[in-house]
Amino acid sequence: MKVTIDQDRCVASGQCVTAATTVFDQRDEDGIVVLLDPNPPGELADDVRHAAAVCPALAITLTE
Amino acid sequence: MTSTIDSTGAPGFPAARAAKCPFDPPPTMQALRERTPLARVRLWDGTTPWLVTRYAEQRVLLADPRVSADMTRPGYPSPAPISDAPISFILMDDPEHARLRRMVTAPFTIKRVEAMRPAVQKIVDDLIDDMLTGPKPVDLVQALALPMPSLVICQLLGVPYTDHDFFQEHSSTMINRDAEPEQRRDAAGRLFAYLDELIGEKLTEPGDDLLSGLTERIRTGELTRPDAAQIGVLMLIAGHETTANMIALGTLALLEHPDQLELLRDSNDPKLVAGAVEELLRYLHITHNGRRRVALEDIEIAGGDHPCRRGHHPGQRHREPGPGDLLRPRPARHPAGRPPARGVRLRGAPVPRAATGTDGTPGCVQHAVPAHPHVATGGRAGRGPVQTRRLGVRGVRASRDLVTLPPEETP
Repeated sequence: MKVTIDQDRCVASGQCVTAATTVFDQRDEDGIVVLLDPNPPGELADDVRHAAAVCPALAITLTE
Repeated sequence: MTSTIDSTGAPGFPAARAAKCPFDPPPTMQALRERTPLARVRLWDGTTPWLVTRYAEQRVLLADPRVSADMTRPGYPSPAPISDAPISFILMDDPEHARLRRMVTAPFTIKRVEAMRPAVQKIVDDLIDDMLTGPKPVDLVQALALPMPSLVICQLLGVPYTDHDFFQEHSSTMINRDAEPEQRRDAAGRLFAYLDELIGEKLTEPGDDLLSGLTERIRTGELTRPDAAQIGVLMLIAGHETTANMIALGTLALLEHPDQLELLRDSNDPKLVAGAVEELLRYLHITHNGRRRVALEDIEIAGGDHPCRRGHHPGQRHREPGPGDLLRPRPARHPAGRPPARGVRLRGAPVPRAATGTDGTPGCVQHAVPAHPHVATGGRAGRGPVQTRRLGVRGVRASRDLVTLPPEETP
């Protein structure tokens, strides 16, 4: 699974951080998404899919 | 196009909820949603924009750059007459929207909110202690639902809590759809003047709070003082009315679902509690005006020929499971754009009766505090007696903008 993010779209809701803490983080200064792991391991696939599904800004794209 | 659509008979929006089902979307809107993905509705000013009734279309549309949140554009389906105050960034488009919004997002990262947990927990615990030791019966809204988020947002913004009565009165007028337009405009003006004065004070004596952070932006020329004051108004309102309503309605919803309440109260699992708060956020509607947008060009919606150039209006969230779908599997995609509940589930059935809690009902209140999904609380869960009395739904005074539990009707 490959993860890409769009920081321009991101609205800093932090839902992705809650869903997959080791894959997503937020910038301290404005909460915008930071991608920690663009190729997360298989066991995190469900969490990452969940993160993409609940992102209110549709800022997370997955290639599986 | 708009001219070919007969919009006579378009239902009024926002519509009234059914008295017997205070948690459910208005029956008119449910019927529309079942019938069509797109319908004309009539607003306060007689205009008839489109209502996008279903979640899937709303979600795609709200991320579409061809729709605008800019309320100054012709055709924007405004919920109220435009006031003289500066326009809030939530009614702007990028890049200005993002520029302003990102000035105030730092305190709301997951890490920073998590760091607020002890302070928020203390506020909740103190309020519940007061409820337990104070006179009975107690009004949950006045004793907990309103003061709790107010205290939190005051700390965060740097607004003196002693002014609580003033901004509570004016912010509730501002969002009260039963108030006259002139009253609402007046309330907005007073709140704006209040925040402007506060910003002025913080310009000379900054503290460690969000408003002081904005004064730094004024100094650097990134922000004007009126814009800063308007951001303050927005955050003050957004910070307490929404949460107060969620606490009150969340408590009612849990009392209506004693099995879920028990599950929650007996659990020490923070994930289950956090999931329950998410589920309450999904289950309960706390805003009635919907997300409003104006189309910048023709957009095809739901694969049909529904081009709309004039203001259209993504409607209220589509909820799954809908009424009656008690045993339906959890949806993979969460309708409210939030994670589905893990462990706690509320039925989507019409709620025949509402109940009020007395003596603090600390167990459920404790868990129903969604200051932020991740400030769901632990602490005093289960402490103190939980006594509920079933009243007919008439026992709960549900205003259109705030639910209040009348103490005279609780035992």
